[in-house]
Amino acid sequence: MDLSVINPILLIAALMSAATPILLAATGELVVERAGVLNLGVEGMMILGAICGFAIAVETGSPLTGFVAAAIGGAMLSLLFALLTQVALANQVASGLALTLFGLGLSALLGQRYVGVKPPRMGDMNFGPLADIPVLGPILFSHDPILYLGIALVAAVWATLKYTRVGLILRAVGENHDAAHALGYKVVRIRTLAIMFGGACAGMGGAYISLIRVPQWTEGMTAGVGWIALALVVFASWKPWRVLLGAYLFGGITQLQLNLQGAGVAIPVEYLAMSPYIITIVVLVILSADKSAAPGSLGRTFHASH
Amino acid sequence: MKLITLLASAAVALGLAGGAYADGHEKTKVGFVFVGPIGDGGWTYEHNKGRLAVEEALGDAVETVYVENVAEGPDSERVMTQMALDGADLIFTTSFGYMDPTINIAAKFPDVKFEHATGYKRADNVSTYSARFYEGRAIQGHIAGKMTKSNIIGYIASYPIPEVIRGINAAYIHAAKVNPDVEFKIIWAYTWFDPAKEADAARALIEQGADVVLQHTDSTAPQAAAQEAGNVVTFGQASDMGQYAPFPRVSSIIDDWAPYYIARTKAVIDGTWESTDTWDGIGPGMVGIGEISDAVPADVKEEALAMKAAIADGSYHPFTGPLKKQDGSDWLADGEVADDGTLAGMNFYVEGLTGEIPQ
Amino acid sequence: MIWLEKRPQPSRFFAYITPLLAVLATFLFGGLLFAALGKDPVQSIITIFWEPLFGEFAFYYRPQLLIKGAPLVLIAIGLSLGFKAGIWNIGAEGQYIMGALFGAGVGLAFYPAESVLIFPAMVMAGALGGWLWAMIPAFLKVRFGTNEILVSLMLVYVAEQFLASMSLGLLKNPEGFGFPGSRNLQQYDSAHNAEIIAGTGMHWGVVAALIAVIFAYVLLARHRLGFAVRVTGEAPRAARFAGVNPGRLVLFCLGTSGMLAGLAGLFEVAGPAGQVSIDFNVGYGFTAIIVAFLGRLHPIGIVLAGLLMALTYIGGDIAQSQLGLPAAAIQVFQGMLLFFLLALDLFTNYRLRLGRAETA
Repeated sequence: MDLSVINPILLIAALMSAATPILLAATGELVVERAGVLNLGVEGMMILGAICGFAIAVETGSPLTGFVAAAIGGAMLSLLFALLTQVALANQVASGLALTLFGLGLSALLGQRYVGVKPPRMGDMNFGPLADIPVLGPILFSHDPILYLGIALVAAVWATLKYTRVGLILRAVGENHDAAHALGYKVVRIRTLAIMFGGACAGMGGAYISLIRVPQWTEGMTAGVGWIALALVVFASWKPWRVLLGAYLFGGITQLQLNLQGAGVAIPVEYLAMSPYIITIVVLVILSADKSAAPGSLGRTFHASH
Repeated sequence: MKLITLLASAAVALGLAGGAYADGHEKTKVGFVFVGPIGDGGWTYEHNKGRLAVEEALGDAVETVYVENVAEGPDSERVMTQMALDGADLIFTTSFGYMDPTINIAAKFPDVKFEHATGYKRADNVSTYSARFYEGRAIQGHIAGKMTKSNIIGYIASYPIPEVIRGINAAYIHAAKVNPDVEFKIIWAYTWFDPAKEADAARALIEQGADVVLQHTDSTAPQAAAQEAGNVVTFGQASDMGQYAPFPRVSSIIDDWAPYYIARTKAVIDGTWESTDTWDGIGPGMVGIGEISDAVPADVKEEALAMKAAIADGSYHPFTGPLKKQDGSDWLADGEVADDGTLAGMNFYVEGLTGEIPQ
Repeated sequence: MIWLEKRPQPSRFFAYITPLLAVLATFLFGGLLFAALGKDPVQSIITIFWEPLFGEFAFYYRPQLLIKGAPLVLIAIGLSLGFKAGIWNIGAEGQYIMGALFGAGVGLAFYPAESVLIFPAMVMAGALGGWLWAMIPAFLKVRFGTNEILVSLMLVYVAEQFLASMSLGLLKNPEGFGFPGSRNLQQYDSAHNAEIIAGTGMHWGVVAALIAVIFAYVLLARHRLGFAVRVTGEAPRAARFAGVNPGRLVLFCLGTSGMLAGLAGLFEVAGPAGQVSIDFNVGYGFTAIIVAFLGRLHPIGIVLAGLLMALTYIGGDIAQSQLGLPAAAIQVFQGMLLFFLLALDLFTNYRLRLGRAETA
């Protein structure tokens, strides 16, 4: 056992990259849940984003176009969820699960031609001399553009929710849709937009896996990341910056686990893999003292004639 | 009941019961049960290539059918039964977890031949087959030992089962033989296939100084991670992963089920099929060694090819003594060769490997 | 302008007709999908829906419907009680795993002793395992007011890791040459959940599912507890005036659903599956949530929905092998079916109106 082989700087840089897919997806889901909707279809939207982004990046040769396509793909699939839950007033839990099933199948069908294909690579951002700063350079200035986009998205969501009228309306709809409706807000329209935003973010998160982290396309390649993103939103108690923190924590546990194994430390892998979920439950219990944490209307169906 | 019988016979008369009977039983029907999707680019992908090779080689004499993503357990029993009912003459079940289901269903269909991959239970109409992937690992170990400059070789392992442990031992023995300073860093990923996790594992190993990464998981994610790092050597696993050649991928172990599948199907056609236990390696072609690229120095390549030839003709066995176990106790005396029983159930590291096998 | 008006009473007519419409819509869109993949759409749909029920080998597939459907129905019945009361257990998959581990653990602990008491003991242990796992979110909800949707979901992943650890460690078959997975309970007579009448598919899990259906039906229709469940779901505030103790109801609903999921896991591991292995769980706990909603949370509806889901799985596998349809196409087809079933339920509770809404 030799812990000195673990380089903390590289570990942090690696976990930032590893955390980006869940960060993107969870930020999107946070907005959805703040609007009072629980969409359990994150996994399905991510995998569809993964193939849409991959296919378009391969066809056009541009990873950036791929990410745009991934966002559109995710948003389109989430629109299906919006139709079911907002227009047809179907149960959100069941619709979300069905969405995941559908997304996994559809992505596999779309991706049949792309197995074994190598996608175009997205280069890292060029910060010039900044990247050479010791410690901070590798951690802060050595990544691809989407990683920075993910962090910027967190900041944007935070600012929007906190300081803007849009954010206020969104939160009002999520807290009490009947009251928001009485105030004249279009609950269904706002929620549909929030759901599509969530879909777009999840799609980009999926594409980050298929275009940057792995990069390749294979069926079912998101391997449950969407479910972790759902846990993360709760862990973060629906607050954007805590999503960032949580994503790094969740990503960090996996990275640390792998690094410890490499360093020859015998660790019970399964029990470590459980820990993010157990921590999330503990956080939930702690949060329960604060009754305002969860959006009041989360998961409830809204119909105007109530 | 009468109505149902009537409906059933009507369905058959209308040709609704599937196309299998339109041309009678002239064609030999071969079924394949797959544990993953055929698009996984690894394990199932290679088995499906074997299926396509059977169609190609035997043409009109055969018809193949397959079902993918079949869960181990009752679903696999149902799929096997369904294939047998639909007139399959030979069924390949391609995952270890199908072992007991295969035995169960084979007992119900004594006239149908079954072939179970990687298992150890046989019957009069059930053969088993598996590949000696460790032979390929030995060659990889040799190249890895020669190629490493940091003397640190990373190994992405899947589950702590004999097959994987055998691979680690075979690679280590031959790496240490040419480079006594070599050290193995092993990460257990607890998955056969999870590209994101494999990529993370590869990066963790590379960050810890590994400049060769061996993998016993099936995706190309570690190859891409190595390419990104720039100076790290990798080997293809399950399929050739040639899109990463000539570097970082310098060679590969290829699961090549085609020769076996064709031979066994022919045996059924000729009526010469018998229950057997096949554990084939490089010699019969079940384990393929992907082209060794020019990134490997010519002399190393020559040695590797020589070892491949020696293993293929049986003059060299990768587990030849003197070898000790990790705890220092004797395992094989000088010149002694490991028996298949020990190899099949291998649950220990050889001397020199550090760390413990997780339990 | 078209708008929706809530019906004063759910429409019985639409409750019966919408599932049929949904199936027809799925035939249409699924047929288009199959045609796009170059397969004969009519034959594909016949293979999926007709073949298992009335095809040449229906004698084999019909019992398989029971084997595939029973765990779905058993779990969904438990879930439906909670769902009716607005208590959301979506972690049945975890409770299913824990039931299987507890039950199999008890059975394996006695190996190789033979006794008629072993199987009943396993059944009790399985029920206990599922119940305990569901008691975690139940207790946390009652004591701290945590959200049971999220806690029960998180516990699925904990259970999955626990399953991996058990099949690689404690419960690993000592005679299994180091491969992960437990001994096969099918080969251990005292622990085997065998078919009660050979060839019928009727094992104890199917019996348990039937009992659960009857139990739920009677409970909801006749018993005071069933009244408490219904009234809590429909009007939580009124329920409190009616003397319903919300905490006790949470414990009851989550406990019952956990217990039934645990039983489903036990019957599966001791019967059709035979052994604990890393991939033992195949998503019954999640599919059962969909089954519960497809069945409109009604016991009889759940039986029909469970059998319908089982039919698409079995027929889907037949279509794969006979017609070469990819598994992904079957998944998409199932997804469509669920979407239409969920969406068209709208008309049971609402009616379309043309013109302007009076209150908006």
